Formats: sequence, structure tokens, C-alpha cells
Amino acid sequence: MTLINTVSPDFPPTHIAGWFIFNTWLQNTLNERVRLELHDSFSQQQDAIQSDGVDMIYANPADAALLVREKGFVGVARPANHADEAVIVVADSSPVQAVEDLSPEVRIALTAQPDVNTMGMIMLEPADVTPSTATKLERDTYVLVAKALMDGDADVGFFLKDAYENLSSIVRSKLRVLVTSDIQVVRHGLMLGPRMQQHRQVLLDALLNMNSTENGKEILSNLGFDAWEEFRSEDVEFMIDLMETLTT
Amino acid sequence: MVIKDITAADVSGDYETREITFHDGSTRTVLVVDEEVPYPDGRLIVSVTDLEGRITECNKSFVDMSAYSREELIGAQQCILRHPDIPSEIYADLWSTIKAGNKWQGYIKNLRKDGRYYWVLATIIPTVRDGEIVGYASVRRKPSRKKIEEFVAQHLSA
Ligand SMILES: Cc1cc2nc3c(=O)[nH]c(=O)nc-3n(C[C@H](O)[C@H](O)[C@H](O)COP(=O)(O)O)c2cc1C
Repeated sequence: MTLINTVSPDFPPTHIAGWFIFNTWLQNTLNERVRLELHDSFSQQQDAIQSDGVDMIYANPADAALLVREKGFVGVARPANHADEAVIVVADSSPVQAVEDLSPEVRIALTAQPDVNTMGMIMLEPADVTPSTATKLERDTYVLVAKALMDGDADVGFFLKDAYENLSSIVRSKLRVLVTSDIQVVRHGLMLGPRMQQHRQVLLDALLNMNSTENGKEILSNLGFDAWEEFRSEDVEFMIDLMETLTT
Repeated sequence: MVIKDITAADVSGDYETREITFHDGSTRTVLVVDEEVPYPDGRLIVSVTDLEGRITECNKSFVDMSAYSREELIGAQQCILRHPDIPSEIYADLWSTIKAGNKWQGYIKNLRKDGRYYWVLATIIPTVRDGEIVGYASVRRKPSRKKIEEFVAQHLSA
């Protein structure tokens, strides 16, 4: 049997090789055949999850409820000290100085990254912005979100903080951060489906040890992390509760 | 329940002395300063309670905005933040909603240890583990000014 591993489509493109290297490490560690299947979009990945075509996933927190409650997934590990934070950005020339200056009919450029969009919408609530008053302009990449701001097509843009900081300094010089989230608890994590759970302990031990070998450190750095920590069942439940409070 | 009163040493500036009566009939004397502390942008104020509403966990934003120390908060009743301006019916509605296993959302004016106040949009949910409610979690965020004004006009304009 070949197990299927996948990664939330919001990982930075520069880490694609890192995930293939990680997958090879995974096969050697578990002594199982594991195929890495990457999806172009969240909706494609959802379809794969729904049809039980995923055994392991580096999951966006917004997908945790579906994975755990409907598909029987459990958490195994998550990157240590690595939270998703959102930034709301305007063009540097924009007259807007604070969220409260925005009108409820704001035009928002965003990607399909669900947790960032949830955090972004919450940060716009003080301006009476709701999903029904705002116009959303979905773009394939954060670079295109930046372009929509610079071209004047959107009033604000939602970015993953890390993605914003990775834009070139030329692009960033034409933009301005209006507000940055400091939420600290919205985090991606590795989760295992029913066919993979027998390996949880072996995998957890190996992941926790990863930063103690040269090879392991190399793999981690290609993923953009320093170390893994355990993603306990209570952590997963708390994350699901938290996302639940944020999506209404 | 017993919650320590707010004393003159805790506050600065002009204050008014008020008495709060909780749902169980117990009372607390608080000193109220008519000054709002703005909700910090980008933050969430998070706490988790047991079934009786005693705080078991809270994040740093919760501690910072309350003006209490973490030691004073952990184990304290969540109503340590109750402001005398908010009518009891709001909390009664909150508790009946969450006890029935549902999500409650509403605007709350909270009282700080220093007598000042802050407004939040609070979402409270039962934390269900293995099919049973084991406690409650609350996540507060920055509210819309317009919504607060509407709430004040509707509920606090006595
Ligand atoms: C998870 C949770 C969070 C709560 N957060 C607050 C809060 O921020 N401020 C507040 O005044 N009451 C809060 N309450 C309600 C209090 O438990 C309490 O009902 C309220 O302060 C009024 O006190 P009383 O019900 O004894 O009259 C919360 C309750 C729960 C279960």
C-alpha cells in the first residue's frame, strides 16, 4: 500500500524541494511507501481529503476541524515557535492610516489561504467590514496581492506575515502595513489519517530528534523550521475551538 | 463567591464607588473610573474556564488588558471583570446559551483592576471533549465603535 502525504497549498514555493526531501526521509523512517501529492488549490485538497485520498497532511489550522471531526485524523507534530500571523497592507500612497478609516465597502485583495483570511476579516471588523459589505479579489499568489494594491485595484491586502516579509524590498517600499496580528496560537501542524496512525509514536520520536542530527537540521532548514514539537490531541482540540470562535 | 474588592490604592483619578450583585447573591464593591482603554489592534484576548466559570488559562493579552497579575487571575471567577454598567440579563443569556452547548456572541464592557474599562466583542463556546462539556473558552476581539454605540443605546441607556 502506498500512503499519500500532502502539504497545505499555502507553503512558500521556495520550500517545495524541502517537502520532497522530507518525504524521502519519511519513507526511510517508517519503512513504508509514501507519495507526496501536492495540490494547486485548497479546494482540490479538500476534494482529496473528502475522498479519503490523504493519509498525512501538513495542515492549515482552518482544515483541522474537518480532518479530526469527520476524517479521524490526529495531530503528531508542529513546527516549534512558528505561528501564522496576518498583516493588513495598503499602498504607501493610500490616505488610510488606521483600520477605522476604511469604509465597509472596502476592496480586499487576498489569496485562498483560509486562516490568514479569517484573521484578516477579524481585524477589519472595527471598520464595520463584513463578508457581505466587502468585495474580495482573490489572487493566486501574494505577489499578485501586492500588485493589486500598487495598481489601485484593491484598498487593502491580506498577507501571511512571513510572506509579506519575503516580498522584495522594492515592492514593500510601495506598500505600508496597517495592522499586524499578534495571535500566537494559529498554527499549522502535521496530522495523520487512520491508515497512518500506527506510525504515530515512531514518527513523533523521529521528528522530535530531527534537530539533533546534521541531516535532520538540513531537512528542517529546507522546510523553513528550527525544530518540531508534539502536536497533542488537546492542542488540536483547542485550535479547532479557536478557529470556531473566529469564523462567526 | 468571594471576589476581592477594588480599593482606592488600585485606582488613580476620579472614581465612583459601586456595588455589584452577582447571580448567586454575593456582592463586590468596585471603584469605577470613567475612562476607556482602547482595545489593542491585532490582538485576541483568550481565556479558558472550568464548568463554574473559574479561569484555568489565559493569554498575555488577557492579563495585560485586565491590569491584574496572572496569579490573581488563574483560579478566579471570570466575573472578576464584570462591570456594574452591564445588566445581569446579558450574563444570564450568556450562561443559558453555553450551558445548552451553544455558541454565544456579544458585546461586553469589562472592568479593569484600575477601575477603567474596555469593550470587547466576545465569543464563548463550550469546550467539548469526548462528547462532554468540560469547560468554556472565550475569545475576544476588537469591536466596531458603531456596534458598541448601538449596544449602549439599547441596553445601557437607563
Ligand atoms: C469562558 C467565559 C468567559 C467569560 N468572560 C467574561 C468577561 O470577559 N467579562 C464578564 O464580565 N463576564 C464574563 N463571563 C461571564 C461571567 O462568568 C459572569 O457570568 C459575569 O461576569 C456576571 O457575573 P454573574 O453571572 O455572577 O452575575 C464569562 C464566562 C465564561 C464561561
